[in-house]
Amino acid sequence: MIEALMNAAPAWALTHAAPLLVMVPLFLAPLLALMPSGRIAWLMAVITTGISFCFALILLGLVQTSPIGVVSYEVGRWPVPLGIELRVDALNAMILLVVTTIGLLATVFSWPTVVAEINKDKRALFYSAFLVCFAGLNGVAITGDAFNLFVFLEISSISTYVLVALGAGRDRRALPAAFNYLIMGTIGASFYIIGIGFLYAATGTLNMHDIATRLPELAGHRSVQAGFAFILVGLGLKAAMWPLHQWLPNAYSYSPSFVTMFLSATATKVALYALIRFLFTIFRPDYAFEISAFSAVLMPLGLAAMVVCSFQAVFQNDVRRILAYSSVAQVGYMILGVSIGTTAGLSAGLFHLLNHAMMKGALFMAVAGVVLTYQGTTIRDFAGLGRSAPWTMTAFAIAALSLIGVPLTAGFQSKLQLGFALFDQGMWWAVALVVFSSFLAVIYMGRVLEAVFFQPPANPRKARKEAPILMLVPLWILALANIYFGIAADLPLGLARDAAAAAFGVEAFR
Amino acid sequence: MNTDHHVILRVVAKMLIPVIVIFAFYVQFHGDFGPGGGFQAGVIIAVAIILYALIFGVPAAMRAVPPAFTRSLAAVGVMIYAGVGFWALLQGGQFLEYQALFHEPPGEHHGQHIGIMVIEIGVLCGVSGAMLTIFYAFAGRVAEIRDEDW
Repeated sequence: MIEALMNAAPAWALTHAAPLLVMVPLFLAPLLALMPSGRIAWLMAVITTGISFCFALILLGLVQTSPIGVVSYEVGRWPVPLGIELRVDALNAMILLVVTTIGLLATVFSWPTVVAEINKDKRALFYSAFLVCFAGLNGVAITGDAFNLFVFLEISSISTYVLVALGAGRDRRALPAAFNYLIMGTIGASFYIIGIGFLYAATGTLNMHDIATRLPELAGHRSVQAGFAFILVGLGLKAAMWPLHQWLPNAYSYSPSFVTMFLSATATKVALYALIRFLFTIFRPDYAFEISAFSAVLMPLGLAAMVVCSFQAVFQNDVRRILAYSSVAQVGYMILGVSIGTTAGLSAGLFHLLNHAMMKGALFMAVAGVVLTYQGTTIRDFAGLGRSAPWTMTAFAIAALSLIGVPLTAGFQSKLQLGFALFDQGMWWAVALVVFSSFLAVIYMGRVLEAVFFQPPANPRKARKEAPILMLVPLWILALANIYFGIAADLPLGLARDAAAAAFGVEAFR
Repeated sequence: MNTDHHVILRVVAKMLIPVIVIFAFYVQFHGDFGPGGGFQAGVIIAVAIILYALIFGVPAAMRAVPPAFTRSLAAVGVMIYAGVGFWALLQGGQFLEYQALFHEPPGEHHGQHIGIMVIEIGVLCGVSGAMLTIFYAFAGRVAEIRDEDW
């Protein structure tokens, strides 16, 4: 598929794929703000995300065929350490693919929920804000300049606050949730930029690659270590690393369903990507302060997130809150994989990132379908839906099994890889905790599934009401992907391994 | 005889507002040679209209500069900026490469000059539009709950 696309693409698309991937949505976002009708805005958003998806595929193909595995683009033809560089290797190519795929599916599916949840005069503006957010997330993933990353991080975050606040039409609690997110997100971004300031003071450059080549001679430099600490906390906040996740459950529970679905599958992933980029490509895992950060900070926090947030999820009654706490727990798995500090660990973490985007995307899509047809998100509202909405709920069940990690699903494959990576380091106790956390997932997802399939409907008059076909198709694409990649895991595992190798700066070992 | 006690304010503001706008354009076009540029100029233009709203009331300001216009202005500003990047692409250069705008050989700088000027105009539109939109959003907001209902 990628080869066919690359052969069909004109030459300009191949040379300028990197800036176009970000700039097409960023250019069309203000145009959407001028659109009179929400439906036209939706169609244009679908086309835009589709174009970005094609460019992401092209970039992946370019990276895989490139002899050095890097696609570099100088914006404005300013030479590299001075100007802004867009630098794509296997690691960001994978993240770009995740963001654009989820963006495309989410946009296709969004129209019925947007009609139900957003005021008529705000729909075009809503899609405009969404495209800004989409462009910002892609920008974070694509840039090779540390300060430019901050700018794109703010572009995506500020539009995210707006999107979350628009949930106020359905539930007024979206407003404090958005405000809370705004405060926490701004603190995170400030910490990140302070860290960049320290690095700039020590190295005199903002290009990530250039920082990386200058850091070894600055080993033990205080401002480098301070910068590392600030960046770790700042990006950790954005990535909802336990215990910096307090903004996430409310933001996910009260925002419009489409926004929840899109953010849960992309926003924290992109922040986590930025963290991985700093931990592995810019700083090296063999620096003394980073080894201690891995074993004394990241690993305990990852393990704590897995266990504590799974426990919290067990005691929630709102399905969206269950899934939100579960998201923090899943970020814990990824952090755990990253904190092993080996290629195997990192690739397991990235593999779980891919799979988590698929399963959380499917779960939140199914929940959005229920919100649309039954206007409720508590477990009681889900009772008996297995009979009245079988298609929606079967996809929900598949994704839930994948989240638990049942064999033959994608979630099982990534937990398996995580287990292998932990065993390699002799950390069998951590494997035990992973299994324990999966057991907690059985309980919290089991509560929902039990209500869905084995309880009588709360309101017997609500018979047979399925989500519209426009929502079912993207939902089932993701649900079937969960099964397909659970059986034939070579494709995503290969992507994750290449990405991990690229993060370590070695040639892809495929 | 008009007994309005704000008469001095009104007269002074009427005299000041055109000067403020002219100063904004000075800052805009002087941005090449000295401190200044689109962002500052955009803020100053917005300040002129906000001053008008403070003296003559928000409804009068909204009649003079409608909210739909300020919102569009902000959007058009972003598109002008990004449009320069696409223009450079269409001329066969890299994204935002000013030198490629007019296919100039190295050493000639019209592209550099025009490119940054157009971008600064985009910034001017974007900033003044966004500032006024934010101002209207706050000033034009009606309370959803009456004070007695708290």
